[in-house]
Amino acid sequence: MKTNTMLRFAAGALALLGVSVSGAAQAAEGTVVPPHNNWSFSGPFGKYDPTQLQRGFKVYREVCSNCHSIRLLKFRNLAEEGGPMFSEAQVKALAAEYKVTDGPNDSGDMFQRPGRPADAFPPPFPNPQAAAAANGGAIPPDFSVIAKARTYERGFPWFVFDMFTQFQEQGVDYISALLTGYKEPEHGVEVPAGKYYNEYFPGHIISMPPPISDGQVEYPKGADGKAQAPETIAQYGKDVAAFLMWAAEPHLEARKELGFRILVFLLLFAGLLYFTKKKIWSRVEGHAVTH
Amino acid sequence: MSAPSTYVPKSAVGKWFESRLPIMGLLHSSFIVFPNPRNLNYWWTFGGILSFMLVAQIVTGVVLAMHYTPNAKLAFDSVEHIMRDVNYGWLIRYLHANGASMFFIAVYVHIFRGMYYGSYKAPREILWILGVIIFLLMMATAFMGYVLPWGQMSFWGATVITNLFSAFPVVGETIVTYLWGGYSVDNPTLNRFFSLHYLLPFMIAGVVVLHIWALHVPGSNNPAGIEKKTEKDTLPFHPYFTVKDALALVVFVMMYIWFVSYIPNFLGHADNYIEANPAVTPAHIVPEWYFLPFYAILRAIPDKLLGVLAMFGSIAVLAFLPWLDTSRVKSATYRPLYRQFFWLFVIAAVGLGWLGAKPPEGGYVLASRILTAYYFAHFLIVLPLLGLFETPRRLPGSIAEAVLGKGGSAAAVAAGAAQSPNTKG
Ligand code: HEC
Ligand code: HEM
Repeated sequence: MKTNTMLRFAAGALALLGVSVSGAAQAAEGTVVPPHNNWSFSGPFGKYDPTQLQRGFKVYREVCSNCHSIRLLKFRNLAEEGGPMFSEAQVKALAAEYKVTDGPNDSGDMFQRPGRPADAFPPPFPNPQAAAAANGGAIPPDFSVIAKARTYERGFPWFVFDMFTQFQEQGVDYISALLTGYKEPEHGVEVPAGKYYNEYFPGHIISMPPPISDGQVEYPKGADGKAQAPETIAQYGKDVAAFLMWAAEPHLEARKELGFRILVFLLLFAGLLYFTKKKIWSRVEGHAVTH
Repeated sequence: MSAPSTYVPKSAVGKWFESRLPIMGLLHSSFIVFPNPRNLNYWWTFGGILSFMLVAQIVTGVVLAMHYTPNAKLAFDSVEHIMRDVNYGWLIRYLHANGASMFFIAVYVHIFRGMYYGSYKAPREILWILGVIIFLLMMATAFMGYVLPWGQMSFWGATVITNLFSAFPVVGETIVTYLWGGYSVDNPTLNRFFSLHYLLPFMIAGVVVLHIWALHVPGSNNPAGIEKKTEKDTLPFHPYFTVKDALALVVFVMMYIWFVSYIPNFLGHADNYIEANPAVTPAHIVPEWYFLPFYAILRAIPDKLLGVLAMFGSIAVLAFLPWLDTSRVKSATYRPLYRQFFWLFVIAAVGLGWLGAKPPEGGYVLASRILTAYYFAHFLIVLPLLGLFETPRRLPGSIAEAVLGKGGSAAAVAAGAAQSPNTKG
């Protein structure tokens, strides 16, 4: 009876907790659920794959950055631990390829200078109005935290399991699926001029033209002379999504590593406390004490 | 606080100090020798867990406030600055954001524990009411904290909730204007919410002191729901309950760290990673999980003012619980019918939470109405009547008897016996 009550209580508390996430509703009705990918950074020991992040960055830089800003990212981040791990020299050279507005100088004028590692990535458009005007009225969202800003509804009971399986990759699954989701519209769906049909986008009608095609971005060659990874939309989608996950959560590796250490420590501590408690209480179990 | 202090300072400095401010004696009598019922189970460890969470929120919050900027143009980026550039900023911020949820998990367990074992009954009514006040202050604090990162859900949540006050006749609009500091949720709103978010936790700490003071007058209730009578019924707080509380706390903190390290955004909303934009309304505006049952009650009622009253009423009714429950027996262990109704109530509350996350349409609305009605019926009809019609089981003569069996003999295994007899008494 006692354990039974406890179990029921625990189940109640758990359900209460789980309820939360059914609130994270995002995808509109009828939207196709993005397929699960195997991400190197999922799970308790997850780590980013620097070569994948480098490829993803290349896709972002050559394609997406024409429309999407990533204003919270600094060039220097690209060389930091737990990221794409470019060398300091590479980052310096890369930054210098960008023009950054600085100033005012001593005569009071703003001026352009080559970028430095400490600078943030300059945006493609000077202001949101310009971005909207160039994209049929829609503003391409900033990419700094987009991997955490998108999700889809998991529904009961999946969100309860997610707590234990640590499934946190809805955002990246969605982004990589989005690139492959351009299709002929479902029967009877009117797509207005300048808009496109995408089966993963909530509501399906998206203002972003299919941004990338097979073979568009050249990947670094491996030792065998072949590209590191397939130069396909599906692969570009995965790589750029992984890069965006890192951009949104640059300390993910440190977080999981530290968390594991703390948990091991706490587990040992709990074990010691358990036996201490047992010992202390064994003195009084079944005996009246006077104190 | 009620037990006479047996504290004897050892050093000369200690004696000198103690004769001027007997604070060590107070702590000694409250947390070292304080006699606790010996049959407390692990549901009684949540008070300690809650104290820990309050301190954790204050410590992480004060550090966050060193780096956070309460300005509508800068707030979102300053939180991201904490996440990216401040040393271990990501840890502090995730500890704080998930800490709020852990705080609420603990408080809900704590409240349900009180309801199951009748801890609100005489002589603990004031203690219970102070608890309800802490709960209200926690909700206000968490609500205002969630506005600070200035994401889409921060902004629209604040808009929806502050707008509720406009339902009150005559004064409603004025209240809302004062909450906003203007004519919509904007920079002044963010500023005053930050100020209050910093202030309220310290008020909570103050009420917690009163709560513990009121607790230490009669002492803790216990699973048998009978008062301690002799020394045989109790054990000193230290080491028996310090070690038990510590074990429970460490296990709880493991859950907390699991969330922070592996699924730090599980309990949040993706939309809150989009900066607040008054021109774009999110598809679904959903409050944090711990508000969902009350949000469901609010939306269950078609009239705005009545909905708001029902929502506040659903919390206020808790304060009257000591007088709504007419049974003289405290613990549900000895109340066969109440025990069933208690679990029905838990199911109704969880169900309301689920409905609070659903869009207010079709069957969800009907279900919310039924559960809202049941929620209030539990307090206003079931509890008053149950005390009159229910035949409780025979209570043990004392706590010692409940634990040790008749005569307090060596029948140690009888520890669970108090709770197990399934024959009607
Ligand atoms: C020609 C400009 C353009 C390019 C190039 C472009 N996008 Fe977009 N993107 C847009 C626009 C415009 C939107 C807004 C769509 C809308 O709201 O309907 C958008 C929206 C998005 C969204 C958000 C969808 C949502 O759920 O709100 C994602 C993710 C995205 N783009 C990914 C990418 C990726 C990855 C690339 C590079 C491979 C890319 N985009 C390249 C214009 C572009
Ligand atoms: C009862 C205790 C407290 C609770 C329940 C609480 C709750 C919250 C919540 C839910 C958030 C939003 C987190 C997010 O989603 O980002 C938040 C943010 C914040 N809180 Fe608290 N808080 C408490 C105490 C404090 C204290 C004492 C301080 C300051 C001294 C503080 C400072 C902050 C700051 C600066 C933020 C904004 C940064 C951020 O959003 O991460 N909090 N709080």
